[in-house]
Amino acid sequence: MTAHGTKGRMAQVCALGIDVGSTTVKIIGVDAEGNLAWHLLEQADPRVEDQVERLLARAATLPLSSPPLAGGTPLVATGYGRKLVRQATRSVTEITCHAKGIYRELSHGGTLVDIGGQDSKVISINSKGDVVDFSMNDKCAAGTGRFLENTARRLGVPLERLGQVALSALEEVSISSTCTVFAESEVISLIAHGIAVEPILRGLHRSLLKRVVAMIRTVGLVPPLMLSGGVVQNQAIARMLEEETSETVIVPRYPQLMGAYGAALIALEQAN
Amino acid sequence: MSVGGLLVYHLNVNVLGRAALRVQRWQAERKAATGVSRWKGEYLAPPLKIAPRTKELVARHWLQGRYANLHRKVAWVTSGAPIELLKALDFYVLYPENHGAICGTARVAVDIATVAENAGYSRDICSYARTDIGTMLSGKTPVGKLPKPDLLLACTNICQTVLQWYRVLAHHFNVPLILVDTPFVYYDEATDHAIEFVKRQLEEAVPIAEKVAGKSLDERKLKQAARLSKLASQLWLEIMERNQHQPAPISAFDEFIQMAPIVEMRGDAVTVDFYAAMLKEVDDRIAHGISAVKNEKKRLLWDNLPIWYRLRYLAELLGEHGLALAASTYTNAWGELAPLIDPERPFESAARTYIYPILNRGTGHKLATMKRMVEAYHLDGVILHSDRSCKPYSIGQIDQRDRLIRDCGVPALLLEADHNDPRAYAEEQAANRLAAFIEMLE
Repeated sequence: MTAHGTKGRMAQVCALGIDVGSTTVKIIGVDAEGNLAWHLLEQADPRVEDQVERLLARAATLPLSSPPLAGGTPLVATGYGRKLVRQATRSVTEITCHAKGIYRELSHGGTLVDIGGQDSKVISINSKGDVVDFSMNDKCAAGTGRFLENTARRLGVPLERLGQVALSALEEVSISSTCTVFAESEVISLIAHGIAVEPILRGLHRSLLKRVVAMIRTVGLVPPLMLSGGVVQNQAIARMLEEETSETVIVPRYPQLMGAYGAALIALEQAN
Repeated sequence: MSVGGLLVYHLNVNVLGRAALRVQRWQAERKAATGVSRWKGEYLAPPLKIAPRTKELVARHWLQGRYANLHRKVAWVTSGAPIELLKALDFYVLYPENHGAICGTARVAVDIATVAENAGYSRDICSYARTDIGTMLSGKTPVGKLPKPDLLLACTNICQTVLQWYRVLAHHFNVPLILVDTPFVYYDEATDHAIEFVKRQLEEAVPIAEKVAGKSLDERKLKQAARLSKLASQLWLEIMERNQHQPAPISAFDEFIQMAPIVEMRGDAVTVDFYAAMLKEVDDRIAHGISAVKNEKKRLLWDNLPIWYRLRYLAELLGEHGLALAASTYTNAWGELAPLIDPERPFESAARTYIYPILNRGTGHKLATMKRMVEAYHLDGVILHSDRSCKPYSIGQIDQRDRLIRDCGVPALLLEADHNDPRAYAEEQAANRLAAFIEMLE
């Protein structure tokens, strides 16, 4: 659990948001003003319902929830597993939630790129915070976190060091496949040709981002360009996206939490 | 045709079959009279009263087909083929694409297409073609049995796949193939020489078709077939245009189901009667305030073929949110050319009519059609089904989507699927896109 807010002041949690993603599950509490009070984050468990129940039980006993959460606290669920959250008062897609969260966090619209574990989205947000258009990756894993995860496994680089290793490369190898399965074969073939890990990894990032840029083009880039999603923890993503688009990329404080935050804000609106 | 064969045909089709289908229709009508829908009735209107009649009509058509080889000559044709000539020569006309759609809705298309794939036909080929070739090779079909063709008629006004597809059929069945090549219309109007080129091909097709039919073409019958085609197409167009009314009396999902006769029984008198009755029912709906979606909040346009195996799911999902699919470019294509048909000049008008289908024209024309429909039908959004199987229909959709958003100010969604092959459709991703689109509209 991580607490937010200022000077350790206890925040009265008025609404909750939960993002049941393909890789992680995030739950957030917000106060009456919509400020982020605390969050919990866990790796996704295949037994989604049990995990949600466990997380909600933990949240209810948090000392930071003052007074302790009552059963009636509005809860909005988002993410792929949103429909499995029985306790939710409503389920909303990640598109709407990410847009909501980022607009509140950054106070402006623009083009939001959300790179998640299983899918990526580009969301066009107007000056009022409304979603005006969006694009998502195809049916396959190209352009998602899974693409990097799968191919990096072949290279024996831990997930948390992927970006660092990619950025340390002095050269870059071109990976022509955007398909995760084909890219993995390509990586194996490059290793067999004695190519070093760093340039391959950089090439993999490039391949992913080219796919993302294609999605940005579908929607049309209206600056500023913003980035959210778990994959953003990989620092090569923002850096290389800037290279690809020649735009400054804005990353919020908690990129991974924007979906759950947006869900909590929608729950708060509902409560009001 | 032997006397015994004729007896078998009449016994099965006109005596037993007719009686059995009539009983089925009565049963369905009685059930329909309760007003209870199999589809989510709390959001959607009860099924059209004419639905049992549609089922009877279509089932009878396929029953006739089952025994057709005993009774008359059979032609297999593409969906945009100039069939009036064949009707005038008394052919039983079978549409493999319609058969493909039946396989799709019956959820047996993959099983049948796999037969074609195992024989070496790539999954990149249209799923209708694979379904048809699978049936050709295995005899598998949900309609009992397909009659063997005596003649094939392929027209390139819907796609170029039919060129290869029908050659495969011609080779397999060892029957003549008439190919009508309709030059692509790049600009607003087809050139005179292009129309003349198609007309000449139609005239040249006559002796081939006559030879197979074993009879001469009677021009009066040809004009009559053209007249009936025109009447049915006009009625179909009128039915669809009734959906300009708010709330929409029927949905494009209804149209997808009710369009079977206009495709596979165009040129028959029974089709004209059927659509006249349907128009009356649609008018009744408007008069009584019945709408396809009970609480219509927004109205949408559908572009491209339906996703045959998910019709109900999509109808219920949209209906639940008060979204009415008020129009579709696909069903519109079977009515919009009605004014071009001139029964008094059957060859020239057929050349003109069959050169202008939406798929034989540029992507700009389709965009203009969609823009016109957005305005005429008072639409709030567009769903563009990016159909993996139908490249001619799907090409240009990314730009069309952008222009619709920019020029008409309506949100538009590109939904990836395949009209007949569920293996090219990911429900979870599709549902997520649709849900986000719905939230955007709300």
